[in-house]
Amino acid sequence: MSLKTEELTLNMGPQHPSTHGVLRLEVVLDGEVVVEVRPHLGYLHRCFEKHCEAMTYPQVIPYTDRMDYLASMYNNFGYVTAVEKLMEIEVPERVEYIRVIMGELQRIASHQVAVGTYGLDVGAFTPFLYLFRDRETILSLFEMTCGARLLYNYMWVGGLSHDLHPDFLRKTKEFLEYLKPNIDEINNLLTFNKIFIERTANVGVLPADVALNFGATGPNLRASGYKWDLRRDDPYSIYDRFDFDVIVGEGLVGTIGDCWDRYYVRVLEMKESIKIIEQAIEQIPEGDITTALPKRVKPPKGHIYHRVENPKGELGYFIISDGSVNPSRVKVRPPSFVSLSAINDMSKGHLVGDLVAILGSLDIVLGEIDR
Amino acid sequence: MKQYLRNSWDGIWTVLVGMKITFMHMFTKSVTIQYPTVKVKLPERVRNRLYVNMDDCIGCLQCERACPVSCIEIETVKSVPSEDLGTTSNGKKKALHVTTFNIDFAKCCYCQLCVFPCPTECIYMTETYEFSEFERNSLNYKFATLTPEEVVDKKQKLEVFDAEKAAAKAEAEKAKAEEAAKKTAEDKPETEN
Amino acid sequence: MIQEILIDLFGNEIVAFIISAALPLVFIVPFVIFAVWLERKVSAHMQDRLGPMRVGWHGVLQTVADFIKLVQKEDIIAADADKKMFILAPIMVFAGSYAAYAAFPFSSAYIGSGVDVGIFFVIAISSVVVAGLLMAGWASNNKYSLYGAMRSAAQIVSYEIPTALVILSIVMVTGTLSLAEMSELQAGGFWNWQIFGGAETGLVKILLIPFMIIAFIIFYISSLAEVNRTPFDMPEAESELVSGYHTEYSGMKFSIFFLAEYANMFAVSAIAAILFFGGYQSPFGYIGDLLGIDWLVPFEQLFWFAMKGLFFVFVQMWLRWTLPRVRVDQLMTICWKYLIPYAFVNLIIIGLITLI
Repeated sequence: MSLKTEELTLNMGPQHPSTHGVLRLEVVLDGEVVVEVRPHLGYLHRCFEKHCEAMTYPQVIPYTDRMDYLASMYNNFGYVTAVEKLMEIEVPERVEYIRVIMGELQRIASHQVAVGTYGLDVGAFTPFLYLFRDRETILSLFEMTCGARLLYNYMWVGGLSHDLHPDFLRKTKEFLEYLKPNIDEINNLLTFNKIFIERTANVGVLPADVALNFGATGPNLRASGYKWDLRRDDPYSIYDRFDFDVIVGEGLVGTIGDCWDRYYVRVLEMKESIKIIEQAIEQIPEGDITTALPKRVKPPKGHIYHRVENPKGELGYFIISDGSVNPSRVKVRPPSFVSLSAINDMSKGHLVGDLVAILGSLDIVLGEIDR
Repeated sequence: MKQYLRNSWDGIWTVLVGMKITFMHMFTKSVTIQYPTVKVKLPERVRNRLYVNMDDCIGCLQCERACPVSCIEIETVKSVPSEDLGTTSNGKKKALHVTTFNIDFAKCCYCQLCVFPCPTECIYMTETYEFSEFERNSLNYKFATLTPEEVVDKKQKLEVFDAEKAAAKAEAEKAKAEEAAKKTAEDKPETEN
Repeated sequence: MIQEILIDLFGNEIVAFIISAALPLVFIVPFVIFAVWLERKVSAHMQDRLGPMRVGWHGVLQTVADFIKLVQKEDIIAADADKKMFILAPIMVFAGSYAAYAAFPFSSAYIGSGVDVGIFFVIAISSVVVAGLLMAGWASNNKYSLYGAMRSAAQIVSYEIPTALVILSIVMVTGTLSLAEMSELQAGGFWNWQIFGGAETGLVKILLIPFMIIAFIIFYISSLAEVNRTPFDMPEAESELVSGYHTEYSGMKFSIFFLAEYANMFAVSAIAAILFFGGYQSPFGYIGDLLGIDWLVPFEQLFWFAMKGLFFVFVQMWLRWTLPRVRVDQLMTICWKYLIPYAFVNLIIIGLITLI
């Protein structure tokens, strides 16, 4: 005998503790089992792309900060390199190195938030605060350099707003030494905790081919075992000069491409970023950072698509210039938005608790999804 | 069976490892501070509330144009030649009365884009970050030093000056026209003949 | 003893019993106020924070301030809620956890009700809490609340089985169901506590120790689940269900849920203390006995009882701020596939040992 059961539609968000912002998920449930997930976007839409058309090129930079507000530095990085490519500006060596150091510090900071909030999603509160404590130090380093803690507007077309603070390199070195044991501590506290493994291993498996079909990039794709990192495969800036590994998911405790892999790839990527920063600090030349700053940012007529490896994945800027000081069109390819599209496929047949875990493992930022 | 026992052991052991870590942290120094009584030292480049040194402002509108959120509102009135507005600290001659210089900090995004283009370095970011208000309007800071009466006065002066100038111009034109008329008048008889 | 004193004092049994019944409340309310502060402090220091620091010395009065705030708050009842049940639910939950205190021997001088089936009564009455949670979840007319309530019902009912099996093994060793008697049996120093084999001697004692430790671990894990603490806080899983069955509650009703939760925490800790750690017995001896002051001894006993309870409450907090939360199906797996078999085997082994 089978009882007739009804499906239940549960509205998760926009006000919900674990939707990472103002995402609304319409979840169809059969008991506690997820039948379908429909994400509803737009609660944080700010017309970024349309807005850019009314701005001059440098004025767009503060707006890019606000897309993925956990990786503002990298958003600047992507945008300014795109405009530089369009204008064919060669920036000084020192600027390139500073950009890489800042970008990788930002990657660590972003992954720290991703790892920490993921712990929060599965109920572990304490690792989150340990990671935030360390992230504060990175933010202080940024503050020392450019005066802001979250929305930097640091990288400019053709250069930077400020040169490094005299203490910056020493403090960064100290911080990296301090950070290394802390990553291991997080591993002991959370990563290899049996309950955590049980919660995340074999949950929300995203096979490599499905991930590619969805266009997932960044740690989400690498966790599925596909070795793809723009820093290595399509080097921009000076990333080809550094020696680092591309971390891929290995299915250490479960299937390749499960939530645990996505989480662990981020943990290991922090270590790779430390490596890159250490090399960059060693190689950084002295010099003037202002030499390549154009007097007026006025790219020639044309268009460009430029992509960088944001902490969340491939961040692409498509810019059409009509030869004036305002861009004619700016289109952003946000990595979070693309990752989120896979949520329905990943969470079908899992429980409500897993849905939260899967959503957290994608590491989405709503500021970027809605723009 | 082996897996079963291993699971049980892992469950207990990893919990104990985690408990050890959190326990050790109970005796480490807290990183948080008691904010209003204890404050962190701000770095020198810190970007907080803007300040405008009106003595140096020449009303060039560079900052207004640089602002991506249009939070700066400037109005200027031209000075009349009889007035001497002095020079700025870096030796630029001031030629405009800045009658309005409002920065709406409710809109300001602290991007510092207005600071760099300023030719006299009169707009800069300060260390003040505690300026919350109960009313949104109170966040609209007015930096202009001129009183409304002075503004009216300056405007009137300019008007008078403009009017005088216009009058003078009209006069000159009139004179020119008259001269021209005279000339034509002088020329006329010749054509009549 | 206290009851007799009260009867003498008032000359009326009914008044005396009412006062006697209200006595644990005098303990619970300050305890909850202290425990909430402790929880915040413990979590803060484990996370390298300071925690509440403003109200009183290191914020000790923070909970009092919070309580005053909660009382002042508007008491919101959702329009589509089942009003009567909605109001009744927090009372029911608190009544359930409070009733358990009746059977606790706080010291040799005070036990609310000296029933012979004390431990049985505690297990039975604490199940009333489930009914309260279900009512709260259903009456809120909120999907999250309902999920929380369903989860908590399933969880508490399941976890009563390993708890009962462990208690059964203790009952086999001690041969009594009365909590007061159990405490009395463990008198005379910490080596006489059940966890160290109880008052047995020789080989039996040594053989019992490892199995008693296993029994204690099983009991402690399942007690965590019974009071909905992390890692088993499924009913109020914050990141999934917002806050489970009390999502819709505010103000005074919410604070009663809070009170009940912390009262419950102490209740299970007290049971752990009574079953395994000698109840109100001092681990060493009494200053009162040493000085020859008889009336001091019950107070010392109360102190030890509270300390042991507090210690286990502290461990609960410690676990909460260390561990992630298990999933709802894993919760059941842990119970049915791990705890119950272990508890069962343990029960048989302890039974065999006691036969020696």
